[in-house]
Amino acid sequence: MQLTININGKPITREVEPRQLLVHFIRDTAGLTGTHWGCDTSNCGACVVLMDGRPLKSCTALAAMCEGHEIQTVESLESSGRLDPVQQGFHETHALHCGFCTPGMLMIARALLNENPNPTEQEIRTAISGQICRCTGYKNIVAAIRWAAEHEAATKQEV
Amino acid sequence: MQTPAPVEYERAASLEDAISSLQGRGPGARIIAGGHSLIPMMKLRLATPELLIDINDLAELSYIREQGDEIRIGALTRHVELLQSDLLAERLPVFRDAEELIADPPVRNRGTIGGSLCQADAAEDLSAVCSALKATVVIRGPEGQRVVGLDEFYVGPFMTAVGEAEILTEVRIPLRPGAGSAHEKVERRAGDFAIAAVAAAVWIDGGTIVDAGIGLSALGPTTMRATHAEELLRASSPSEELFAQAGTMASEDCSPLADSRGPVDYKRHLAGVLTKRALRRASARALKQET
Ligand SMILES: Cc1cc2nc3c(=O)[nH]c(=O)nc-3n(C[C@H](O)[C@H](O)[C@H](O)COP(=O)(O)OP(=O)(O)OC[C@H]3O[C@@H](n4cnc5c(N)ncnc54)[C@H](O)[C@@H]3O)c2cc1C
Ligand code: FES
Ligand code: FES
Repeated sequence: MQLTININGKPITREVEPRQLLVHFIRDTAGLTGTHWGCDTSNCGACVVLMDGRPLKSCTALAAMCEGHEIQTVESLESSGRLDPVQQGFHETHALHCGFCTPGMLMIARALLNENPNPTEQEIRTAISGQICRCTGYKNIVAAIRWAAEHEAATKQEV
Repeated sequence: MQTPAPVEYERAASLEDAISSLQGRGPGARIIAGGHSLIPMMKLRLATPELLIDINDLAELSYIREQGDEIRIGALTRHVELLQSDLLAERLPVFRDAEELIADPPVRNRGTIGGSLCQADAAEDLSAVCSALKATVVIRGPEGQRVVGLDEFYVGPFMTAVGEAEILTEVRIPLRPGAGSAHEKVERRAGDFAIAAVAAAVWIDGGTIVDAGIGLSALGPTTMRATHAEELLRASSPSEELFAQAGTMASEDCSPLADSRGPVDYKRHLAGVLTKRALRRASARALKQET
């Protein structure tokens, strides 16, 4: 079937099988390999992207179900060489080791801060409760998201 | 790599449209809602539908409202909406209790109440919640709609009363005075299905329990009601001893299976403890001692 999905604000049209999973449309068909593909069983959160602003496990959606919706991947965060505050926060607080879980963590963090610009530690922990990190430990990841929240607030005040 | 078997895909533009597509195609056609039970099963080839009918565009199936002496919930209402609903938190707090521990946030953004009930997995939480609350469901087919009580809804593991060309459209929960409800769950880790979970509802009038509902998750081949314990509670006064006795009965009456989440005796133990705790909280809520 012919399918058009808006990814990071750009319509991408391809001929695909209806059984294709969104994660494969993003990585293989659209060539955006920033989104990671981990457990393949809906359990790890590495594949999380945003659909209409809400986190979605892209291994658990058919690409066909996403036509007409806005998908955002990790590639959408940086713009003209400027990192998104959540990316900067991960850098500042050393919130990644191997980086496998990072794209999903970043997208979850972005969605959280869009909805709740000043989350408590507990709210951050709830938001990332479906994201598994095998190496960093969650402490620095929570700190990174707090860092982003604080710096985003500061930037907004400057403007 | 897990990939579903080849399948055709169609988006329903209306409920009638979805029903006629189902009718035209027989048993190979399947509704897809959130897809968070069906897609994992298709990836494992445990489900191999020929045609998927996507109902996600049917916004008219997504609502939570109070109507007369009922709460009505549209089949496409997602977990996140059940979790965030202040109406439900006030009238039927068991929903927020359960939703806080169902899966994880991204899954809750997609999974629906209709899909949860129709999946009819014994480990699933909302079936026990709706059973305890003595809900009914509305099922629409080519011949019109019928209303079915949850006791007749589950006909076996992963099997429901929803027929081939039928769609579950609504869940109806009766509102009665003196109600209190609560959900208790033990899970291995955040986001997992229950090792065991219990939903309880009580209706108290003048210090006496006039009716009770207890729904058990992951404690039998399908969602179960602890009917003996419910009988014991009826016409009694709420007390710790009574709740403990009800717990013992639920623990004896359930029929859990040993699996990777735990052995039978542990699950029976949990059935007793969780029944007692859920009744304690439900009753405190009914008596306005706790919110
Ligand atoms: C990682 C993970 C963890 C989870 N943890 C939990 C948990 O802790 N507790 C829990 O309760 N659940 C849990 N779930 C299940 C989750 O809640 C599912 O979303 C839910 O069971 C199914 O809802 P759905 O809308 O995704 O259904 P779908 O997958 O779309 O459908 C499921 C079945 O119901 C049928 N169906 C769907 N809607 C209708 C309808 N309106 N009429 C007729 N048939 C219909 C479909 O044909 C299919 O057979 C988990 C899922 C995942 C992936
Ligand atoms: S790859 Fe999607 S949740 Fe793990
Ligand atoms: S940084 Fe390696 S899995 Fe999280």
